[in-house]
Amino acid sequence: MSDEDEIILSELDDDELVQQMFDDLYDGLKEEIQESVNILLGRGWQPYEVLTKALVGGMTIVGKDFRDGILFVPEVLLAANAMKGGMAILKPLLAETGAPTIGKMVIGTVKGDIHDIGKNLVGMMMEGAGFEVVDLGINNPVDNYLDTAEKEGADIVGMSALLTTTMPYMKVVIDTMIERGIRDNYIVLVGGAPLNEEFGKAIGADAYCRDAAVAVETAKEHVQRKHNRSKAG
Amino acid sequence: MTNALSKLLETNDWLMADGATGTNLFNMGLGAGDPPEFWNESEPDKIRALYRGAVDSGSDIFLTNSFGANASRLKLHNAQHRARELSRLSAELAREIADKAGRPVVVAGSVGPTGEIMEPVGTLSHALAVEMFHETAEGLKEGGADVLWLETISAPEEYRAAAEGFKLAGMPWCGTMSFDTAGRTMMGVTSSDMVQMVASIENAPLAFGANCGTGASDILRTVLGFVAQGTEMPIIAKGNAGIPKYHDGHIHYDGTPALMADYAVLARNCGARIIGGCCGTMPEHLRAMREALETRPKGERPTLEKIVEALGPFSSDNDGTGDDVAPKRERRGRRKS
Repeated sequence: MSDEDEIILSELDDDELVQQMFDDLYDGLKEEIQESVNILLGRGWQPYEVLTKALVGGMTIVGKDFRDGILFVPEVLLAANAMKGGMAILKPLLAETGAPTIGKMVIGTVKGDIHDIGKNLVGMMMEGAGFEVVDLGINNPVDNYLDTAEKEGADIVGMSALLTTTMPYMKVVIDTMIERGIRDNYIVLVGGAPLNEEFGKAIGADAYCRDAAVAVETAKEHVQRKHNRSKAG
Repeated sequence: MTNALSKLLETNDWLMADGATGTNLFNMGLGAGDPPEFWNESEPDKIRALYRGAVDSGSDIFLTNSFGANASRLKLHNAQHRARELSRLSAELAREIADKAGRPVVVAGSVGPTGEIMEPVGTLSHALAVEMFHETAEGLKEGGADVLWLETISAPEEYRAAAEGFKLAGMPWCGTMSFDTAGRTMMGVTSSDMVQMVASIENAPLAFGANCGTGASDILRTVLGFVAQGTEMPIIAKGNAGIPKYHDGHIHYDGTPALMADYAVLARNCGARIIGGCCGTMPEHLRAMREALETRPKGERPTLEKIVEALGPFSSDNDGTGDDVAPKRERRGRRKS
């Protein structure tokens, strides 16, 4: 097909437009995503529907292809950036309508660790998936995690370490949570190059996440389970 | 070319580089989270010991303790203004050890990544990256480094920016990337992509290759990927001593000196001319590698199967270079680009 077949977003019906948004997120087209979000809102879609059906739906495809080694960090960052463009429109509306939030995460590299690129990627991908992210930055002692998680009412505490010398500190944080009787209040996710699943289990985390895409999937699963539990309880 | 590395490459089929910096310094008491570069000033004897460990184990090339000595990384310790000074100090100590070695030993000024993601996906501009690399390069030059040694890079933009910064300092250089994500760099660069990129750089490196990553098998597959492109430029392999394992609250790299010796010989068979280690590679590993390289003859290029047989499985089924790479999502419609 040629360039003459330029798509006019406003002429697409709802289903086609959502499919188009999946493509546009995949290609990191921020302006097109913002335009589409406004079109759907104009057609009477609820902000929460736009978020979950269009934006999160599209980012799920991006996340899967990242996990499978088809997309890489640059493409994912562009997609997340486009997603954030759409979120900027939705955020105030979501707050107004009192729509449920997808979840909130407090994330940082552990005490002694100054390597933050992996943590930053997870933060961006989580935001891309619609989570609220509170970034603690690098080199965090126990209290940074726990005080902030409490203050923010977080669902998830995420810890990252790149060094074999700093990863044991994750256990210190989890042990402190247990001591204070607040371990079950949070989903604890850990990640970083030298970690593995065995380590995550050994220190008592809810899950080890191999990469940012897995972190998002795991976070969604665990938050869903947590919500189900609290409903049942 | 009059630099020390080019001279050695003219007269030697292969050269041995050094091993780990971080692992060695942690063993000497470096606290987690402390910037190793501060020790160039506060603990010079320990840095001398680090360098001597490599030289005494037979390294022809060793890297300075300046991996994080750029403004962007030092900013995390409120020392962004000290990049040039700490780089210079690292090279001065190295020069001292190299000159006492009694044989030609190359001081390679280590230059690590900025840790930032570059434009357009990230926030670091090309101009600022060039400036930071230039600053570190000037410090290493003042301290007496023979060559600059860019390492653990993921993004092609950053590799290019470093090359430009090094040109401003008028220094010869080598540069390796870390292929740690299913055979690619974190930013998706394959071994063949890197060969193309390096060939297009105006201020070409003396040698290029791979460091760090995930285990010895993977890095050899990457070296075979370089060789398959038919490059004439010397290839560097600096792999980790296995993979970190967690046992009873302690972490150690599972690569033994014997395994690293096999890795070194296989790396040479694959086509690498500069062979060393990275994380977890201690002096005892280097001694075993040196001995193996000197006593075992060069053999034929191994197949992927042979590599797995000798060193263990790869971390991913493919490395993005063959025909079996999964395709990207097909767009339904078109878009102006």
